[in-house]
Amino acid sequence: MMTMMQREVLWRDMLGTISHNLNREFGQLYALWLREFKVFVRERSRLVASIFTPLLWLFVMGSGLGSTNPTNTGANYQLFIFPGIICMSIIFTSVFFGSYIIWDRKFDFLKSVMVSPATRTTVFVGKTLGGMTNSLVQVAILLVVGYIIGIHFDPLSISQTVVIALILSFTLTSVGLTFGSFIESLEGFQLIVSFVVFPLFFLSGALFPINNLPGWLNILTQLNPATYAVDALRGVILGQGINSFQTDIMVLLFFTFVLGILGVLSFRKMKAI
Amino acid sequence: MISIKNVTKTYGNLTALDNLSLDVSENEVFGLLGPNGAGKTTLIHILATLIKPSSGYAVVNGNNILDDPCKVRSSIGVVFQAPSSDDILTGYENIKVHALLYGIPKEWREKRISEVLDLVGLTSRKDDQVKKYSGGMRRRLEIARGLVHKPRVLFLDEPTLGLDPSSRDNMWQYIRKLVEEENVTIILTTHYMEEADQLCDRICFINNGRITAVDSPAKLKETLSGDTIRIRFEDNVNQSTVLSKIEELSLLDFVHNASYNDNWLVITVNNANKNIPKILSYLDNVNWIEYKKPTLNDLFLQVAGNPMDDDDDAEGGFMERYARYDKS
Ligand SMILES: Nc1ncnc2c1ncn2[C@@H]1O[C@H](COP(=O)(O)OP(=O)(O)OP(=O)(O)O)[C@@H](O)[C@H]1O
Ligand SMILES: [Mg+2]
Repeated sequence: MMTMMQREVLWRDMLGTISHNLNREFGQLYALWLREFKVFVRERSRLVASIFTPLLWLFVMGSGLGSTNPTNTGANYQLFIFPGIICMSIIFTSVFFGSYIIWDRKFDFLKSVMVSPATRTTVFVGKTLGGMTNSLVQVAILLVVGYIIGIHFDPLSISQTVVIALILSFTLTSVGLTFGSFIESLEGFQLIVSFVVFPLFFLSGALFPINNLPGWLNILTQLNPATYAVDALRGVILGQGINSFQTDIMVLLFFTFVLGILGVLSFRKMKAI
Repeated sequence: MISIKNVTKTYGNLTALDNLSLDVSENEVFGLLGPNGAGKTTLIHILATLIKPSSGYAVVNGNNILDDPCKVRSSIGVVFQAPSSDDILTGYENIKVHALLYGIPKEWREKRISEVLDLVGLTSRKDDQVKKYSGGMRRRLEIARGLVHKPRVLFLDEPTLGLDPSSRDNMWQYIRKLVEEENVTIILTTHYMEEADQLCDRICFINNGRITAVDSPAKLKETLSGDTIRIRFEDNVNQSTVLSKIEELSLLDFVHNASYNDNWLVITVNNANKNIPKILSYLDNVNWIEYKKPTLNDLFLQVAGNPMDDDDDAEGGFMERYARYDKS
């Protein structure tokens, strides 16, 4: 029979082990994130390149197509596509972030992570956190641009935007990393990913309203996680959402869950070298 | 400490490791030698749980590499043959990332990081990005990184590749100190026989994925046919006298072998230091004498054959990887 004392010691040991493991796990995530963050900060050309395309769309397409006014929403077209452009920047950055794992493998850095005690799940989540940070920095820049072109923000809409951005980028970074886990060459990655990235963008309602699309297009947009992020953002920023914020977030979280699990599984299966 | 049982690894129809079994005891410095493509790196990758053997298993520090890879990984440090640090980060940051990955407690993390940086002499350059390092500095950084979590077993895949002679000397001293002070078992591969001779308690020659010899350097050298003495005679020496003297010499019990041509006499003997005077007492008109102790190089050539026989162009031979290193 165990005495009270023994049981207490056992408990304390167990709690100690758990907190020790949590500490360690947290440190590992921090390490993986820190590395991605430092690289992001030092390689500024990556940031410039990835912020350039959304701005091009916002200003060229926004003003150009805006003059033909394809929308019947009444709002200025540039403002109408602004939430879509935010999602676009997240889509591109997050999915392409998956290619960095291919770089890591090429330069053998991945090997040094794989030989550490960090589990595959930890490596996956750490990488994803890195991708989310990159997206968030871009979103911040775009929000400043949005303010300049005349969008009004309040603390609530900004925090809701951040939440949406984080969820969407987690989901899509998972997709990118899933591809990166089994594709060996950068060229292959670019090829496959352009079959993913452009449909995600065009079929998200970023550029046109989706309430009266032909049936097949409607189905495709409904299956696209980005659709819900665009809708939620449009609701938050412009007050023009179709679904309620809660509905959009729930659907997004469902995608996040499924694609996140897929990402973890693909990392578990990935070859170490 | 490490016990390898019947490990086989095949890539398609290429057998990189062929039913290999081996035991390494605690605190041993164990050298893996063999020509390019012998399977040394493959063996290290298997022990480090990066690849799975096609059959067989190994136990590292009490944990089976197949059942408990995570525990194995916590107790080992690996310095890979090719550089694997991130060159956008600084040296310090690279080590810090690793210290965190291995869960070194905050209390002694910084201290340990500066300790290992100091050890490899990179303290003054620790805040430079790794891409600004020379090839040898980068090598030293990787060694520091492999040590930061005080592993019980350290794998060093060609640790002194690309180091200058003085850094290499430091590395040797350091490896010796490590074994004495930190209680670590070391498995290293090298192509420098001198290094293996100096550092290793035991050496294992691998060729085509099979072990061809395992023993201490001294024992291995004994298996070679003794010291080689070369003697040249005056030009005007009487050939037939020489030949008859050689007959007599080859009957002595410390002489293995004697051959004569072109005015050079080549004798292999036990213990040349002691026996040269005796040999000279048989011979007149000696003009020149030299002798050589056997080195592991001779053994390497004997057991490994000519390394260039292999299809070395398959995925980066030694020189190619060396060049890659240099470029850094
Ligand atoms: N991923 C791989 N796919 C196919 N063959 C491989 C792979 N990795 C190694 N090999 C083959 O396995 C064999 C052993 O390679 P290994 O890298 O272990 O040699 P090594 O002893 O480390 O040589 P070196 O001295 O050149 O470093 C070689 O014939 C090599 O071509
Ligand atoms: Mg090798």
